[in-house]
Amino acid sequence: MAEIVLDQVSKRYPDGALAVSEVNLTVADGEFIILVGPSGCGKSTTLNMVAGLEDITAGELRIDGERMNERAPKDRDIAMVFQSYALYPHMTVRENMAFPLRLAKVDDGTVRRKVEEAAQVLDLTEHLDRRPSNLSGGQRQRVAMGRAIVRDPKAFLMDEPLSNLDAKLRGQMRTSLSRLQKKLGTTTLYVTHDQTEAMTLGDRIVVLQGGNVQQIGSPQHLYDEPANLFVAGFIGSPSMNFLPVTVENDRLSTPLGSVPLPDRSRTLLSAADAPRELIAGIRPEHFEDAALVEDHLRDKGHTFTGTVDVLESLGSEKYAYFELEGEGPQARQLADLASVTGSADEGGGPRQLIARLSAATRAKEGAELDVWFDPAHILLFDPDSGRNLTRAE
Amino acid sequence: MTTTEPDRAATRPGTGRHAGKPRREDTTPAPAGTGGGGGGSRPVDPGGNGGRGGRAAMSEGKRAERRLGWLLCAPAALVMVAVTGWPIIYSIWLSLHRYDLRLPDQQEFIGLENYIVVLTNSYWWTAFWVTTLITVISVAIELVLGMALALVMHRTLVARNLVRTVTLIPYGIVTVVAAFSWFYAWTPDTGYLAGTFAPDGAPLTDRAASIAIIILAEVWKTTPFMALLLLAGLALVPDDLTKAAAMDGAGPWQRLWKVIIPVMKPAILVALLFRTLDAFRIFDNIFVLTGGANDTSSVSMITYNNLIRGLNLGIGSAMSVLIFISVAIIAFLFVKLFGAAAPGSTGERGR
Repeated sequence: MAEIVLDQVSKRYPDGALAVSEVNLTVADGEFIILVGPSGCGKSTTLNMVAGLEDITAGELRIDGERMNERAPKDRDIAMVFQSYALYPHMTVRENMAFPLRLAKVDDGTVRRKVEEAAQVLDLTEHLDRRPSNLSGGQRQRVAMGRAIVRDPKAFLMDEPLSNLDAKLRGQMRTSLSRLQKKLGTTTLYVTHDQTEAMTLGDRIVVLQGGNVQQIGSPQHLYDEPANLFVAGFIGSPSMNFLPVTVENDRLSTPLGSVPLPDRSRTLLSAADAPRELIAGIRPEHFEDAALVEDHLRDKGHTFTGTVDVLESLGSEKYAYFELEGEGPQARQLADLASVTGSADEGGGPRQLIARLSAATRAKEGAELDVWFDPAHILLFDPDSGRNLTRAE
Repeated sequence: MTTTEPDRAATRPGTGRHAGKPRREDTTPAPAGTGGGGGGSRPVDPGGNGGRGGRAAMSEGKRAERRLGWLLCAPAALVMVAVTGWPIIYSIWLSLHRYDLRLPDQQEFIGLENYIVVLTNSYWWTAFWVTTLITVISVAIELVLGMALALVMHRTLVARNLVRTVTLIPYGIVTVVAAFSWFYAWTPDTGYLAGTFAPDGAPLTDRAASIAIIILAEVWKTTPFMALLLLAGLALVPDDLTKAAAMDGAGPWQRLWKVIIPVMKPAILVALLFRTLDAFRIFDNIFVLTGGANDTSSVSMITYNNLIRGLNLGIGSAMSVLIFISVAIIAFLFVKLFGAAAPGSTGERGR
């Protein structure tokens, strides 16, 4: 049980590359924190610095108020779970789990008791005398967890522990991991590149990009009020639609037509001294088939007509893709986002809009559809800085 | 192999790709090398793996493939038989005869008498124990130094290639040339080493000093080879494993002894086997350094003396066969040890 504080922590490699830049983060005792971001964003480096596997170039790491920068990993009393599980192949499951206790010179009786307790919790009792090579992926993952929990460390560090599992098992393990963490109440730092994992597991999420913290907050907070274009685009699946818009008097001129600017946005925009050219973001679920919207709601919102390019039915809902004319929004952060999500067409080419419609829609591919949305849900971003202008600080 | 893979997957649905791996291989959980490599390097497996089906179940295509396999390795096998099989048989035949080229009239079959002569002779046993001593000490030193060098080469961040090249220089020098350098270095008047360490005497005329110098020359020459083999073994230890050990509370020595060495044990055994077999047949260093004087002969030296210098083909061949047997015993012991060390071969088999 411990509080972990990262105070202006930076990592610069000998070749000059800055991997992590001045991260400030306070992980409260018992909190489950997720570090999320695309590969190369510095999340694993951050975790390794907390673990002591990499040196901290600048700043200070404190665990329970004590400076840890110079301590060896073994003196930090934290356990780590690796993506590859890193089980010792020459030891049985029991020996693997007992290893940290043996190194700590715990007496045999206690080792036995603790290993068996952990095995019970993780449902590994019957596998204790097998070797890792004879276990399935999920079992290996649990052994790695077991090795971490046997010694009641101050904190768990997890480096993409579920990404070597197949999708179904990953979902199961995610739930049991969450349950286990709640039960043990151990401070946990968890690294993932998967935003679904981040959303479902964490008490708070830290979004990293290019070594910089983009935003820290609860999953819902990040979803509703992203600090900038990167967070807005990274969190949520399918991701947010971005449109180039222009502010004209009290209206927004968008590729979907001219919509009134909500009062709240207008106040915030003028306070921020925003430029006229902005980028608007709307999440796919904020669209609906106009035919399914009740009349009094329909008048409050804005309706546009578009041709459904592709329609994907997921059973419970349908994703409709529309092609948009004209240039897409241009912003540095969107380019970053495109390079990490692999959607190269983000910068130019045909622009598309994704709408998440209820399953009852009668939309057809190639046919026109009236789509409704509420302008109050539009987020506005500064194209230069990427900052969310509609977010009250 | 390909036939058993799908049905295994079918009986155990919902498990990840790890589960589908054959159970006997795979030293590490790392998915990359072990799966494919392990599978490919098991040429004997079709029989063992198809335990349930047996030979009868082998399909036409499989049989054709096997026939092709035999055909492809036949030339190599024939050459091997010609160049190694025949000399072995011939020397066994010679060893059972009185066959001295100086006394060509007295050739006759004498059974095991040559062996009795050799094995009751104190020269043979002296040479045998000298050889064993040199082998054990030099291989032990080489293992420790080689391991240290391998760790240095593995960890080196700057000038990695330079370090590796420099380390390998001794191995690249012809043994006889190196042996002459040592010889002159330890000879009074010409040698700086003799002058420094033994200004009053001649180290190569003293038995203990000679053996020590032979071991030194041998260690100097072959440690790089050992280091190279161990370096390959070190590369088998995933980084995550040592990181995990560090997180689990292991210091550098504990990481080495409890994780790195056990995981690379197969590589260590291979390196030891190679070097032990080599060291037991030591010849050139002794030939150059002492010529076998002062009871410093190895078994290969006295075999050479009998066979080539003494022209006693019977006794010499008997000695060769004895060396052959000794080497075979060493190899057998190592392979036995090996079998026990290969991951997955111990403990549970099936599930």
